[in-house]
Amino acid sequence: MLLELQEISLSYGRIQALHEISLTVDQGEIVALIGANGAGKSTTMRAVSGLRPVSHGKIIFDGQDITKLRADLRVVRGVSQSPEGRGIFPGMTVRDNLEMGAYTRRNRVEINKDLDRAFSLFPRLKERERQMGGTMSGGEQQMLAVGRALMSRPKLLLLDEPSMGLAPMLIQQIFDIIVEINQQGTTILLVEQNAQQALSRAHRAYVLETGRIVKSGTGSELLSDPSVKDAYLGVA
Amino acid sequence: MNFSGLIHNFGPLTVTGLAQGAIIALFALGYTLVYGVLRLINFAHSEVFLLGTYASIIVWGFFGLDQNSPTPGMFAVIGLIILGMVAAVVASGVTAIGVELIAYRPLRRRNAPKLAFLITAIGASLAISETVGVITGRNIRGVPRLIRQTDVVVIGNTHITNLQILIVVLALVMMFLLDRFINRSRLGRGIRAVAQNPDSAALMGVNQGRVISLVFLLGGLMAGIAAVMYNLKIGVTRFDAGFLLGIEAFTAAVLGGIGNLRGALLGGLLLGVLQNYGAGLFGTEWLHAVSFVLLVVILLFRPTGLLGESLGRARA
Repeated sequence: MLLELQEISLSYGRIQALHEISLTVDQGEIVALIGANGAGKSTTMRAVSGLRPVSHGKIIFDGQDITKLRADLRVVRGVSQSPEGRGIFPGMTVRDNLEMGAYTRRNRVEINKDLDRAFSLFPRLKERERQMGGTMSGGEQQMLAVGRALMSRPKLLLLDEPSMGLAPMLIQQIFDIIVEINQQGTTILLVEQNAQQALSRAHRAYVLETGRIVKSGTGSELLSDPSVKDAYLGVA
Repeated sequence: MNFSGLIHNFGPLTVTGLAQGAIIALFALGYTLVYGVLRLINFAHSEVFLLGTYASIIVWGFFGLDQNSPTPGMFAVIGLIILGMVAAVVASGVTAIGVELIAYRPLRRRNAPKLAFLITAIGASLAISETVGVITGRNIRGVPRLIRQTDVVVIGNTHITNLQILIVVLALVMMFLLDRFINRSRLGRGIRAVAQNPDSAALMGVNQGRVISLVFLLGGLMAGIAAVMYNLKIGVTRFDAGFLLGIEAFTAAVLGGIGNLRGALLGGLLLGVLQNYGAGLFGTEWLHAVSFVLLVVILLFRPTGLLGESLGRARA
């Protein structure tokens, strides 16, 4: 088991956003979190990456308790997140944004290798190498956010809404790339509004409703589950 | 108004203004760096500068020098200025980091509102300057005359002294080094990341606390250099020496675009020059009034300052 959430709860002020969530992600898996807006998907991601402290429960990563560890130190342990809203550095070039992804690393040769890898996954970024991050389109920023998250060579990649704001053709493409990244050996925890895509690409998935996990199973199980179909797949 | 005076003295006023402006610019970098990263006006930065002025005088005192000592030989002067700068830079840097640790960091941990930071900033500023005031009996402290000012370049009625050249060149060199550091180095990239998006920076593995300390330290280093230049130029310091100059430096930072390093340089030089033109036009007693009226006018037309804010955000 690479990641285990043990009954974590999290509150924003008085509003409790997560209620004792437990889930696991195994080495090599793609696990999806699906659910409506405000169900707590992004909050769960922020708890894992350390941007938000949990009020209760434990986060075990790679066999160690990281519940109290600062976000920047979790990166060193191997957790990397492409955040909701992409979080591009607007006043940095595409290249510098990618370099930021490798901030915790020192080996120049290896970093350059990974830059090449990011550019080969997303050739568009290579074309825009010298452009400011803030002047890129939504889709390009999304690619940059994913490429940047890979630059730390994570064991676990957290992707928050990677298809957000993308044209349908690009959605296919980004999911193809996510599968490719996974096949190259990176474990992925994925949050998606686009449940159809997420469930068809993920090994397993969890369904979140108002801060609680209400269902879990393999991607194909959930795809054929009538209540999931009703609520999230938008098909009768 | 004395237009012919302004025109006649245009050269000398410009030179004087540039030298004053260079000191203001170095001082202003501290405000702009901290604001760029934390959106906080560090009012205690004037005391970061103040302690730099005292530190260098104290070190020079170890060598038995005071304001009545004769000017030492050239090699001794170079050594003494370097030692004075080291002392000032250490004192200012330590003060800057100390203020951050004591007055700001605990508030940040508690997610305090902006207003709380403003109050502790003013509090830290007054506490330090008043403490210096008590220790020094509120007296002025003379600076050893390390540099005998002599004209190096004379064009018509414009005289440029060795000290003026030193001040301007040193300010430009420091500015250049800082700019390189922020824009080219890994740590500099970390600073820009925290300025542009603190959460994303944390997700990249940037230790925010360390970046903030570094930013205060850099501002302190620049203020320390400015303090030594000020000492050599003005020849005295006092517990409130940082106050008015601090407001001028803050003004320069806003004028150039607060959060923008090159803006601080431009704002500083511009403010120095404009002050002197104003003084030439209306008389020396109007020096500050004129420059601050100009500040208001410029901000009316360019609210984000001349160059806008670049450390923090992308400019369209």
